[in-house]
Amino acid sequence: MATKPDIMISDGPKGMTPIVKTVVRFAMGIIFMFGWYIILYGHLTPGGGFAGGVILACGYVILTLAFGKELGLRKLSDMGASIIDNTAALLFAVVPMFGFLFGWYFLNFLDKGRPFQLFSAGNIPLYNIFIGFKVTASLFAIFMALSIFGRFVSKLVDEEEEG
Amino acid sequence: MQGLYPLFTAIPLAAAFLNLLVTKVNKKAADYIAFVVAAVLAVMAVRMLFEAPFSYRVGGWSAPWGILLVSDGMSALMLTLINVVSLLAIVYSLSYMTAYTAKPKYYSLFLLMIAGMNGVVMTGDLFNLFVFLEIASIASYALVGFGTEHEELEASFKYLILGTVASTAILFGIAFLYSMTGTLNLPDMARQLEIVGINRAVAFVIALFIMGFGLKASTVPFHAWLPDAHPSAPAPISAMLSGVLIKALGVYTIARIMFNVIGPNGMVSSLLMFLGALSMVVGVLLALGQSDFKRMLAYSSISQIGYITMGFGLGLNPAVPPAVAALGLFGALYHLINHAAFKSCLFLCSGAFEYRTGTRNRFEMGGLMRRMPVTGAACSIASLSIAGVPPFNGFWSKLVIIMAFMQAGYYVYGSVAVLVALMTLMTFIKLQSSVLFGQLPARFAAVKEAPVAMVVPLVILAMLCIGLGIAYPLFGESVLQAARDSLLDKLAYMGYIIGG
Repeated sequence: MATKPDIMISDGPKGMTPIVKTVVRFAMGIIFMFGWYIILYGHLTPGGGFAGGVILACGYVILTLAFGKELGLRKLSDMGASIIDNTAALLFAVVPMFGFLFGWYFLNFLDKGRPFQLFSAGNIPLYNIFIGFKVTASLFAIFMALSIFGRFVSKLVDEEEEG
Repeated sequence: MQGLYPLFTAIPLAAAFLNLLVTKVNKKAADYIAFVVAAVLAVMAVRMLFEAPFSYRVGGWSAPWGILLVSDGMSALMLTLINVVSLLAIVYSLSYMTAYTAKPKYYSLFLLMIAGMNGVVMTGDLFNLFVFLEIASIASYALVGFGTEHEELEASFKYLILGTVASTAILFGIAFLYSMTGTLNLPDMARQLEIVGINRAVAFVIALFIMGFGLKASTVPFHAWLPDAHPSAPAPISAMLSGVLIKALGVYTIARIMFNVIGPNGMVSSLLMFLGALSMVVGVLLALGQSDFKRMLAYSSISQIGYITMGFGLGLNPAVPPAVAALGLFGALYHLINHAAFKSCLFLCSGAFEYRTGTRNRFEMGGLMRRMPVTGAACSIASLSIAGVPPFNGFWSKLVIIMAFMQAGYYVYGSVAVLVALMTLMTFIKLQSSVLFGQLPARFAAVKEAPVAMVVPLVILAMLCIGLGIAYPLFGESVLQAARDSLLDKLAYMGYIIGG
């Protein structure tokens, strides 16, 4: 059995009221599924890596707002976000360089498949996935930085005013 | 080299993110990654000087549909300038940046800035140019505020707001041009504009571009951000901003679009000449009274950019004989590389003095020539170059610009250029007398020469200041004239759409 109590299940004192927590618990799966749908179908329908990444990052932001930042950071730590962010950007920069092997930088060298199928368009879905990961991680990291550092700074200001 | 041309942006982009990953394990690696990347890029860039012009189709897509990268004399000159100065600034950072925390982030931002600037000077696609311009600008906003002190953050914020206003104007201009020509490809756009002509919409685009790119180049009256931003940044970044960034993002883009896309035009010419002269005068007048070493250099940058802008203005003038216009353009290009050499050197010197004495106020310094002879000598050489003392490089390029204006019959502009040269001399004599000579304050009696990694780039740049002046036959014919011809030959630029 799990040794640590799951914050998502317990309606503990942290975060918002049980109503918000319950709604977020229901919405969470749908938000993440929709985000991934937008990323994976980026080459077929409107949207893509950036739009989908923003939706995924919003999912994490809602989690953090409803359940407190401990849960947010447990699901995606700042170090983890930074590693995902940089790896995705590095892959996005490196994969086009493999195009040199086939003649041109940024050449779409993978099999194009049949148009309008999920597995088609060669490299483009790959780029969408990289961008999706990068945007999710960066936006969540920015949100956490603003909320954590914001509190840190306002505490400093308060101390200065008192002292 | 032709097949590997996109590596100029691909390598620094990949290295910037690799650097952040590797340094999570080993913090020391940042220095090595940045140095190796900058060295490789500098060697590749110098090799580009010997390549014949060509164009590269990104992704194998042919010209009006895909993104075109163009390599001609002007691009090769700018690439060499950017990557050589970057290498020197990174070598300098190895010692200088130990005073700051978060060195890996600094190098990553630096590499992103290099990627952006390389992209701007390589691309033959207007929207691609905008994207790279934003990459370089955003990296530079962060680098200006890197010290995170009150003053630095304020300068960075000011730069960010004004830079964004400029970017908006540029984007607006791009949208207008796209609506009129139906293409974003610069050679193709040049062809379409031959049909459209200079109508009111194109005139409005010119105004937007002169405002937007003029702000990036910091010509007066768009210069308000520069005197705050350049002194606030760490010294190697000040050297990059003043030496290269304002030229790659501002001066180069204006030149490329006005010469190769819109074509010589009397209105643009007189506007650029006037703005150039105004920048020269205002910049040097404001520089004269500054007590902050780096602030003085920043104002002087505005003044020197004025010379370059004015030369480009003359080059665009269809009313003067082609040979005279070409001479003006040649002088501007020559002054552009000279300014990169001496202004980078001066900013790095100011950093070395600050590193050892802890102050930037020139009235608190004095007699440092005796304590820091190598840095002092480099500072002295660069000051004489910028002041236009023969036989240093600044003298020759100013002479060419003044001669071109006199030959074209613009006696007032020519006289202003002479007067500003004299006032620059005055500024830098004041600077030298208060920093290098005079009484050494007692608290600086134990000051030592700067570390080796900081002195080596200074010596190289000082040697460049002398070399660019006296070794003109080695590079004048081939490099500078190739750059000038590539700007003057609009037909050849339009032809890149077929090649690649």
